[in-house]
Amino acid sequence: METSTINNNFKSEEYFINMGPQHPATHGVLRLLLTIDGETIKNVEPDLGYIHRSIEKMCERDSYQQIVHLTDRMDYLSSNINNEAVCLAVENALQIEVPDRVKVIRTIIAELTRIASHNLWWGVMGMDVGALTTYFYAFRDREMINDIFEETCGARLTMNYNVPGGLMFDIHPNFVKRVKEFIAHFKTKLPEYDTLLTNNVIFQKRMRGVGLLSKEDAISYGASGPVGRGSGYSCDVRKIHPYSALDKVTFNEALRTDGDSFARYEVRIQEMWESISIIEQLIDNIPEGDYKVETNAVIKLPKGEFYQKVETARGELGVYIISTGTKNPYRLKFRSPGFSNLSLLNHIAVGGKIGDLVASMATLDLVIPDIDR
Amino acid sequence: MNLSLSITKNIHDWLFSMMPETVASLTEMTLIATVYLAVFAVTGLFLVLLERKVAAWFQLRLGPNRVGPWGLLQTMADALKLVSKELTGTVNADKFLYNLAPYFVIITALMALAVLPFSGEFQAFDINIGIFFLIAISSIGVIGILLAGWSSNNKFALIGAMRSGVQTISYELSVGLSLLTVILITGTLQLSEIVEVQRNGWLIVQGHIPAMFAFMIYMISGTAETNRAPFDLVEAESELGAGFHTEYSGMKFAYFFLAEFINMFIIASIATTIFFGAWLSPFGITESLPWLGVFWFLGKTLVLVFLMMWFRWTFPRLRIDQLLTLEWKYLLPLNLMNIVLMAIIVWLNLTIQF
Amino acid sequence: MTNEALQNLISTWVPDFISSKLEFTEEESQFLNITVQPADLHKLLARLKSNSKTNFDYLFCLSGVDWGVELGVVYHLESTTHNHMIVVKVKTEDRDAPVFDSVHDIWKTAEFHECEAFDFFGVQFNNHPNLRRLFLTEDWDGFPLRKDYVDDINMIVK
Repeated sequence: METSTINNNFKSEEYFINMGPQHPATHGVLRLLLTIDGETIKNVEPDLGYIHRSIEKMCERDSYQQIVHLTDRMDYLSSNINNEAVCLAVENALQIEVPDRVKVIRTIIAELTRIASHNLWWGVMGMDVGALTTYFYAFRDREMINDIFEETCGARLTMNYNVPGGLMFDIHPNFVKRVKEFIAHFKTKLPEYDTLLTNNVIFQKRMRGVGLLSKEDAISYGASGPVGRGSGYSCDVRKIHPYSALDKVTFNEALRTDGDSFARYEVRIQEMWESISIIEQLIDNIPEGDYKVETNAVIKLPKGEFYQKVETARGELGVYIISTGTKNPYRLKFRSPGFSNLSLLNHIAVGGKIGDLVASMATLDLVIPDIDR
Repeated sequence: MNLSLSITKNIHDWLFSMMPETVASLTEMTLIATVYLAVFAVTGLFLVLLERKVAAWFQLRLGPNRVGPWGLLQTMADALKLVSKELTGTVNADKFLYNLAPYFVIITALMALAVLPFSGEFQAFDINIGIFFLIAISSIGVIGILLAGWSSNNKFALIGAMRSGVQTISYELSVGLSLLTVILITGTLQLSEIVEVQRNGWLIVQGHIPAMFAFMIYMISGTAETNRAPFDLVEAESELGAGFHTEYSGMKFAYFFLAEFINMFIIASIATTIFFGAWLSPFGITESLPWLGVFWFLGKTLVLVFLMMWFRWTFPRLRIDQLLTLEWKYLLPLNLMNIVLMAIIVWLNLTIQF
Repeated sequence: MTNEALQNLISTWVPDFISSKLEFTEEESQFLNITVQPADLHKLLARLKSNSKTNFDYLFCLSGVDWGVELGVVYHLESTTHNHMIVVKVKTEDRDAPVFDSVHDIWKTAEFHECEAFDFFGVQFNNHPNLRRLFLTEDWDGFPLRKDYVDDINMIVK
């Protein structure tokens, strides 16, 4: 731990607290060095690397199909979307056009993943501010999505269903029926979330006016996803650079201008509604066709640089591949949304109380393996 | 309760016939203390299990149901586990204060149990300053928490203890004042007299509007007194580990843990006594069976305990400054205005009597 | 603005730079790539942000790259108002003490990303507020993502 900057400005009334790496509120192994004065926070310095697995170095030695397996483990809550990012980068580089069936199924599965991730976020958000029942309600609905994934993709967390060229196998015959049942069930449950937490006076007092982030700061810090959209920064990659079947659907972008924690919270709740709407538009009209395009067993990208952006549940994930024409990438860089979102934690937490730090961090929705890679 | 009255009278006579007076009264007191310890232990056990079952019911799952029928022996198993744990202590902790702190909370809880009127005859200690005694006793409990946090030599425990101290002292004001509002109708502090006054209707009905306000303020302040959610940032697990009892384990931790539940029971019992007529049945329907009084008392108390548990599992937590703002800027002025309102109503004889 | 228009606009700025050298290329990439000399890095990037016709206010990716002979940094920029993207590359052949200017005063997100580049490649940045090892421990020897990094215990080479 490098303490040079902190010790220089240390005053006698402030003291040092270490939050983490094992801590119920930091959502993973993150260590925060807090300098506090009474209850007010003076400085927050994150210390990362507790779950660093050198994925980028491993990618320089693995084949492209193996790299897709590694992306599951980065942001494990939106693993399908991470897989989609690498597959799209490879397909665009090889200039392969996947069938429409693949595109539609990829979008449906990506939106289901987004709903599952936001569900877990909502449950854990409630726990962080003290409402301990929300966790169980959120997991009740998330289990339904996990069961759908288990039937179609074979796994519940690290799905690995997307491969370069299409999907690994075709969807299960029950898929459409189960997704429709889930949508019907979830539409009655989502208003319950509002009754339990959103409209609660205590919750609103904990969240309104806390963790303010202006639009200029959001752009400067590279905030993306719901964090940026809560401050009025319209950054939805699905709108600006559409991919897969996203140009065929209409949906609203969830935007709020307040920039406080409550705005980020509302953005995610609205995103769940929008994801439901996208799935409803696509689920009845899945085109017939192949579920994949055959690629070579050994994929070699042409010489050059390729960049692909997707919108995961956390924000904008970027995959940057520099290839020299061999079967492994020369350099593969993952631009993770959590890394940029974490950098603004110091900015929004200073001056508030420890309770505000916990609430703001919950709305940033950090998944530490995504940051540490 | 003629049966029990004769039993207690028989035991009393037998003891006094056998031994000289001082020894007999000492023995009698020890006997009563043992009975209350047993009541304390059983109530604690039962309440912990009730909390877990109620929590499970809210969270769409079953609670403990393996140990004993419906999980009734679960807390016994937990108690055995806690008794067998090693009593760890930190090296730099102040040994004497560290060991003394749990006893403060336990002893005050037991003392408060002694004055509660479970039934017409089932009350150990019927002093003429009943309510005053109860409020005073609950103030002593704060010392235990502050000592625990301080002597643990742990930054997090200290923060937790300081928060708790501030919270408890602030909310004691509201508890005292809201009880005072209702005392204006009864005119006496003695608990058995207060119950007698309620034969004309429960005090919450007699005092209508100001009594309702007093009850609501009392429930909020009572929940804050016992450091339960939504005021539980003292033990906010998701922020600071375990707060002031981080460094305690084994039996000492069990004392804190049990004391919290007994305090909850006491707050609910006081509310039952003052507002809802203790062991009196509504409209006097079972007056002919006086031994049902205990069940009425326990039933009403359990409803209020359930209410407090409901709060815990539904609401998020308040921040420390919001908590203090609530007390000093909202509850206290409301309380004072309420007292004036009640005084006017009593003076003008506008109370509802049956 | 299209890549060609961007290239024309930025070419007019070349006389203002110390080295007066900017290389533009579009092959092997979907964006316009500009290779700039280290001395002009900060000036070019600041101007790319402040100029209202380009207005690159969003730095979405800052990667360190070991090009084999040189070490370099690649900046991916985007404009939230004009929706165009551009890539700026800077390289140095000095592998023992590579130094570039920090751009955290232009985009605040650069602070963390430059720490990462330092951690994995050993690239130092001038004027950085808190350049430290972010992921690896303080006493780690070497820079893992360089191509000449050897570690018999931790690396499994096929």
